[in-house]
Amino acid sequence: MTRLFARHRILLPILSLAVLLAATFYMQPRAMSYFGVNLLFNLAVPIALATVAQMMIIMVNDIDLSLGAFVSLVACVTATFLHDTPVLGVLILAGLIAAYAGLGVLIHRFELPAIVVTLGMSFVWGGLALSILPSPGGTAPPWIRSLMTVKPPLVPMAVVAAVLIAAVTHFLIIRTGIGTVLRGVGGNAASVARAGWPVLRLKALAYALAGLFGVLAGMALVGLTTSADANIALRYTLLSIAGVILGGGEFIGGKVSPVGAVIGALTLALAASFLSFLRLSPDWQIGAQGAILILVLTARLIFTRRDEQEG
Amino acid sequence: MLSTVISRPWIWSWVAAAAAFVMVMALTQGRGAGELAYAALSFGAFAAIVGLGQMLVITLGPGNVDLSIPAVMTLAGTLSLKVMGSDPNTAALGLLIAVAAGVGAGLANFALIYLLRLPPIIATLSASLVFQSIAIWSNRGLRIKPPAGLADFATGRTAGVPNVALVGIALSVIVWLVLERATFGRWLLASGQNLRAARLAGIPVELVRATTYVTVAVFASIAGYLLASFSGGAALNMGQEYLLTSIAVVVIGGTSIAGGFSNVPGVWGASLFMFLVVSMLNSYGLGAGVRMMLTGLIIIGIVVAASTRRIRT
Repeated sequence: MTRLFARHRILLPILSLAVLLAATFYMQPRAMSYFGVNLLFNLAVPIALATVAQMMIIMVNDIDLSLGAFVSLVACVTATFLHDTPVLGVLILAGLIAAYAGLGVLIHRFELPAIVVTLGMSFVWGGLALSILPSPGGTAPPWIRSLMTVKPPLVPMAVVAAVLIAAVTHFLIIRTGIGTVLRGVGGNAASVARAGWPVLRLKALAYALAGLFGVLAGMALVGLTTSADANIALRYTLLSIAGVILGGGEFIGGKVSPVGAVIGALTLALAASFLSFLRLSPDWQIGAQGAILILVLTARLIFTRRDEQEG
Repeated sequence: MLSTVISRPWIWSWVAAAAAFVMVMALTQGRGAGELAYAALSFGAFAAIVGLGQMLVITLGPGNVDLSIPAVMTLAGTLSLKVMGSDPNTAALGLLIAVAAGVGAGLANFALIYLLRLPPIIATLSASLVFQSIAIWSNRGLRIKPPAGLADFATGRTAGVPNVALVGIALSVIVWLVLERATFGRWLLASGQNLRAARLAGIPVELVRATTYVTVAVFASIAGYLLASFSGGAALNMGQEYLLTSIAVVVIGGTSIAGGFSNVPGVWGASLFMFLVVSMLNSYGLGAGVRMMLTGLIIIGIVVAASTRRIRT
């Protein structure tokens, strides 16, 4: 049993999500419907995209403390420029992805601690967002709005989107050759360099992918909220880090799981809904989220540690 | 002589702070120098106190960082003000409560790190959510005023120096003495340089780690207690900005993010700099957005400048 969990790290995130989902349905049977599930997981789509973005950075042994500010900035750009002047909006978003790639180059070239550089960047993104939208406002482009509120038959949009994100990133990171090399940069950058790969470019690619998924997260968020403000997604920084770890990822060694990260993000989004069904005093909502996080991570430990002792 | 001064990693944060000071003065033609220095010392003291704690944690080595500082500050501030209930002569009791909250929070953090083997980032992050809930629950949106004597102390000055800065300097001297002169400091630095080697050398590394995580929480709680008294009451978001600030002052101050090397004077230089750079951008009449952006770019610029120096030598 414990061997099974150790060998298939993905089982634990799946189990955590299943238990939490079962508990939610038990508390609120009416949630067990097309509409209910959509409501439970709606906000999970941007969180899942942000978690995948964070995963790209953690994959190369760095950490991004600016992601929440970045997603907020993208949301502001989407609700203003992309709505009013689409061409300029697309150019700005492309520029932001390029800026992320540049960040990867800067961090690798000067051997800078990512935690500090991204910390500084969080001020930069936040400042830009504040300059674009000093007060909450803007309008979501209609096509994003309709994309995020589409009602596919049988399965709610949020579930379809989550499966799609997981499948695409799994293929990209786990199945393709370049994905394997990218994970290799996190595992042992020196040996990847010895094998003739340009590590600098690979790091730029990992950061650009993070930028791309960060942009998608911001656009998806605006599609749901219809307007934006400069602080709209600040909590995504912590949510995305927690999501990656919940999904079985490690901070070092390039050990990440795209499917796990998406499931981790769903679990975090569901935890918030579950707590509101518990009729817990609002004072304890945040604390209970922390407790759930600790609980799930503890479960992970039990399985891995037993395995170490056995073998 | 000059080369030994320049080779000190802390000198750059002081140079940067001085440059920011001069740039503000250039705009006001030298008026208000005393007031600016006084304000920088007052506000810088809070950043320096939490920065010192964060510095000790970062010294423990890669992956060690405390993300629960803002929550601990808020928790200590609200709990101590609630117990004091604006009654005079309860300042010592309030301090005791604040420190107790810090010790409890630090022990909880370390229990998660040690017993559950969680990465410190995740452990302190999860714990901070719980601390914040306790603060919200105990506070209930009340704004209790600090006792008059304590408020006077927190906003007052002795011999022209803000009292909060004096507290900060006293704590800095203690930290410096422990790091440079005491066995514990040697243990801490050794653990940060190579945990395995330190353990094999017989250093009780887990005790060192536990003490460090408790110390950072106690420093955060003292800062929270002082800040709540300084600003006339505790607020639930009072610690918010100190998460980024605490890490930024450590790194700008020249402490190695890779661990194993601490730098007390640099933390002070960086704390003064962080306040002065905001005043500088303020006095040049820039908007909030541009101000934030430039702050971020300046932080990154300093880190890049410090690293090119390191790579060349």
